Amino acid sequence: MTASSIQVRLFARARELAGSETISVKAVDNMTVAGLRSAIAEQYPELQSLSGQLFIAIDNAYAGEEQSLTAEQEIACFPPVSGG
Amino acid sequence: MPDSIAIVEEPIDYTALTEQVRSNACGAVVLFMGTVREMTQGKQTVALDYEAYPEMAYKTMQQLIDEARAKWDVHLIGIEHRIGHLTLGEISVAIAVSSAHRSEAFEAGRFLIDRLKEIVPIWKKENWADGTTEWEHPGITAE
Repeated sequence: MTASSIQVRLFARARELAGSETISVKAVDNMTVAGLRSAIAEQYPELQSLSGQLFIAIDNAYAGEEQSLTAEQEIACFPPVSGG
Repeated sequence: MPDSIAIVEEPIDYTALTEQVRSNACGAVVLFMGTVREMTQGKQTVALDYEAYPEMAYKTMQQLIDEARAKWDVHLIGIEHRIGHLTLGEISVAIAVSSAHRSEAFEAGRFLIDRLKEIVPIWKKENWADGTTEWEHPGITAE
């Protein structure tokens, strides 16, 4: 993929809805978590039923909406957890 | 022995986990085991499938241990979560805590399982007796 796309790991129902463990999201410069969230909603409508309920993690930590991200980081996206 | 964190695909050896936290300095050892329950709000379960984001799960479980240590004077903590396909009565998670006196071990153990269910990226999918399956994602209703 080119530098203008970000690979996002998916888990649980998000993974099943997308039919893939990873999605490739077209990115813009200085993309924030909120921007990634919008881009995922636009480019992967199959995840729409989870929209607004997805967590974004950057490098294995929960990320805030204004945090910026790059293609070099490990990005993950998943619905609320339910282990235990 | 240090604290221990594990995500495993095999049955959890809760005896070994409990032994790991035991010490002559401790008058108390508390073990919590989460097990696969048959009935949930009137619906019958035959099995659960657990999936983890392992790298992040290890990191968040360590964070929980650090939080518990900041709150209570505990000696050792062991957390083990199983993933994969679990049938009725099997153990999905075990948490062992030791401390000099019982209140710290009880309180830290309660805190650890409650927080694990809030932030550790592990998910379960119900396999209902009627043949349907359903991911459990608190706050999201099934389609």
